[in-house]
Amino acid sequence: MLKIQDLCWSLESGEEILKNVSLEIPEGKLTVITGPNGGGKTSLAKLIAGLQKPDSGRLFLDGEDITDWDITKRSLGGIGYAFQQPVRFKGLTVRDLMELSAQKSLKDREICEILGKVGLCANEYLDRVIDSSLSGGEAKRIEIASVLAKKDAKMLVFDEPEAGIDLWSFSSLIDAFEKLKNTEKKSLLIISHQERILGISDHIAVIADGRVTKSGPRDEILGELLGEEKIERCPLGKDKEEN
Amino acid sequence: MDKTTEELLGIVSDWSGKFNGAYNIRENGACAGRSSSENIKIESMEGKPGLEIYIKPGTKGETVYIPACVTKGGIDDLTYNNFHVGEGADVIIVAGCGVHTSDGHDVRHNGIHRFILEKGSKVLYKEKHIGTGAGQGAKRIDPVTEIEQGEDSYLEMDTIQIGGVDSTFRKTSGKLGKGAKLIIKERIMTDGEQTAKTDFAVELNGEDSGVDLVSRSVAKGNSYQEYHSKISGNARCTGHSECDAILADNGRVNAAPELYAGDLDAALIHEAAIGKIAGEQIIKLQTLGLTEEEAEKKIIEGFLRG
Repeated sequence: MLKIQDLCWSLESGEEILKNVSLEIPEGKLTVITGPNGGGKTSLAKLIAGLQKPDSGRLFLDGEDITDWDITKRSLGGIGYAFQQPVRFKGLTVRDLMELSAQKSLKDREICEILGKVGLCANEYLDRVIDSSLSGGEAKRIEIASVLAKKDAKMLVFDEPEAGIDLWSFSSLIDAFEKLKNTEKKSLLIISHQERILGISDHIAVIADGRVTKSGPRDEILGELLGEEKIERCPLGKDKEEN
Repeated sequence: MDKTTEELLGIVSDWSGKFNGAYNIRENGACAGRSSSENIKIESMEGKPGLEIYIKPGTKGETVYIPACVTKGGIDDLTYNNFHVGEGADVIIVAGCGVHTSDGHDVRHNGIHRFILEKGSKVLYKEKHIGTGAGQGAKRIDPVTEIEQGEDSYLEMDTIQIGGVDSTFRKTSGKLGKGAKLIIKERIMTDGEQTAKTDFAVELNGEDSGVDLVSRSVAKGNSYQEYHSKISGNARCTGHSECDAILADNGRVNAAPELYAGDLDAALIHEAAIGKIAGEQIIKLQTLGLTEEEAEKKIIEGFLRG
């Protein structure tokens, strides 16, 4: 599906952020990239979506070299990307964003269905402007929904989707991720520290100090991580009934 | 009416071959059609070019259309329109303007509108301006709006300059009485060598009067815009003005907001932001499949619509 080959990326200052990262993200699976803050996870996600260009190394999507594709071409090629920090617009509405992502007009009920996946009561939000009037959590959920609405998505990349999401919305989001993988057969790449997201993954890769330090099936890697106590055991990991 | 007038009417005033309600169509400085309704009387002004529009007290749910088009080069059209809105009336006024020249001569429309709102009346005023036509002739629209609002009256002005106007100077002044509310939403887009100047002066003279003035502008190409507003709070009142401008290419904007508090209980706020489109906004839309140009267009559309 997505093959990352010897990817290197540095800041303008010369500081090396990613150092010969190689990884394969399998088709139809949920892969989680985790690791300490500042390790290069978000940088890798941005390189995959085309927001940054690598210094060296290649990226292949379904065998095709996409390294030189720009953001738009990667999106049209099937890569979706949810920003860690949601982007706000003066004037664009939730409906606008969903329709741009779907590349067609959507009926109210279709938008409601998408927003419902991230725990938003759609009727209240359809014509809301995506500006500073939205709370951080609302904006984050709309950001994720905009990627769920994406037309012809093959690989969806989410950068810390749990940030700013309340417990109930988070449970909806977990369901949405599982449905995307199991029913819609999408390939998911999620940057996360969150135990519950790690728990639904098929594969886990750990990036630290710009390198892939572990990579493999969930149970194998999760066992190692739990042993090292490097997972965030936040309340979001609990079931709704327990709270 | 000529074909160009009909096309411009369609753009600026939702003309579809007829108007549902009272109307006056001004074409190249003359009346091209007029109709009054039982509650809204339109009469020629005495001694000056223009109209007296009388809206009876208590009139509800009616729309009056006062569009003006200038479609021939060399015409400098000046008109005075007085809107007398009776007590308790609740109406919509549509007053778009289109100017067109393709023969190399300049064309100009200068509409001087005066609104007198009686106690408890409510008006939604919608105005679109556009310039069309090729050639060297300059297209100018210079509206002047004077507002007098009586007790507890409400006026919402929704104005937009879509494009194609080479030069505009928009001057708006208002005096608000007790409990009166004035909402102004102005949107202007300029491109090429166009210039736009806006000047607002609102006096909040009555207790609990309020104004909300929102200006959004986009300056592209080598265009230049000037914005000046003055809100004078002369009683217990609230005033808010917001000037947002997006710059593209070599566009320039000069914003000069002014607040005057002449009463201890005057609460006045101004917000202003000028800058290019945030790069992250363009990138976000690119991640949804839009090109950079499409993203910029969509962001500007939303900005001017909002």
